[in-house]
Amino acid sequence: MSKSNKEVDVKKVTEPVRGETTAALLRELVAHLRQNRTQLRQEWARRITEAKLLTAMSQEEIFAEATAVYDNYVEALETGTFEALQGYARNLSERIIPRGVETHEVVGIVLLLRDVLARSLFAKYQHDFALLNRILDAYEPAANRIANTVAVGFVQERERTIRQQQEAIRELSTPVLQVRERLLILPIIGVIDPQRSRQLTEQLLRGIRTNRAKVVVIDITGVAAMDSNVANGLVQTVEASRLLGATVIVTGLSPEIAQTLVTIGVDLTKMNTVGDLQGGIEEAERLLGVKAVPLSLIEPQTKS
Amino acid sequence: MEVPILKQGDFLIATFQAALTDEDLLQLQDALVARVGKFRSHGVIVDVTALDVMDSFAARTLRALAHMVRLRGAETVIVGIQPEVAFAMVQLGLSLEGVPTALDLEEGLAQLMKASERKGATFRGR
Repeated sequence: MSKSNKEVDVKKVTEPVRGETTAALLRELVAHLRQNRTQLRQEWARRITEAKLLTAMSQEEIFAEATAVYDNYVEALETGTFEALQGYARNLSERIIPRGVETHEVVGIVLLLRDVLARSLFAKYQHDFALLNRILDAYEPAANRIANTVAVGFVQERERTIRQQQEAIRELSTPVLQVRERLLILPIIGVIDPQRSRQLTEQLLRGIRTNRAKVVVIDITGVAAMDSNVANGLVQTVEASRLLGATVIVTGLSPEIAQTLVTIGVDLTKMNTVGDLQGGIEEAERLLGVKAVPLSLIEPQTKS
Repeated sequence: MEVPILKQGDFLIATFQAALTDEDLLQLQDALVARVGKFRSHGVIVDVTALDVMDSFAARTLRALAHMVRLRGAETVIVGIQPEVAFAMVQLGLSLEGVPTALDLEEGLAQLMKASERKGATFRGR
């Protein structure tokens, strides 16, 4: 970014608030922060350690991060643009979240930096109260916005991590398994909500496609309860599988679920149900035209 | 765009190359129903692998087509419905009831072969 460009940015951001004077004050402020960079940075790192924040990180790491944050902070004050800081906050969060850094620590260190800088401004302008007031007027909104940006960036990153993990757990919780050629089983365990039902269908359809399955056994022994939404989802899964040319057998309906389904009147005529998983696999093998026979029964024939 | 109809032994194969307009669909339906009689075909395969979306008109026409072809004495198999398409169709309630479906052309042919063998054994008795 060129220098003139930065100045345009400052005006753009601050002009609606306070006009040219704010921009000039901010420039003075930035110059002051640049001049005292080493000292303020050290002061900040010392305060962080003192407050027992970022205990998961070593002294050197804290100092290195403090330097980077400080420079980004000053730059954000100078340019009035927060993209770079946002990017840095996201990057920093990505690195420190796996190490167990908490939200309050991140918010804490940013507020500490704000405090350290404000104190240095007090010290510098204490002789001229009016000027100090104006300087703080220029500094506070920008500093608050920076604190906000960093905290929000951290929380967003955390939420993204959590979402990713939820997704992974969901993927793992509905395995589509191939038992033999053209036969898949889909054991479902736990609670089925609409989202999981949808994801389950998608995974099954993909499985049918890649394994070229002709028969699918869905085992719901591990499902404790079922309402009409879930039941309709199951019917939809069955129909969608049929459109791909696969027959679905549902096994393991508990007496309670059978009762519920009949009571709430779900149309189950399209569903092919068998008592337990074993029966379901036997039925599937019948449909596929294969049969599992104990070796002892066929060995005499092969020997003779 | 017209859908090419290929004759393969006892069967007719119509492969969609791209999404069709309503007129094209109706035209395909007429052509297939007519050709089943002309070629004395036992089965029809409609391959929709290339479709990434199926609207209610297309689903209804395919279903009507299958029933008409059955009245003319042949079987229809719809093949190659994509997983996403299948999911969307079921959500919209377009589940092509009573119409046989298969994963792909190969499966569809095998299915028709089996069906016509059964028929041949019972009716033609050759």
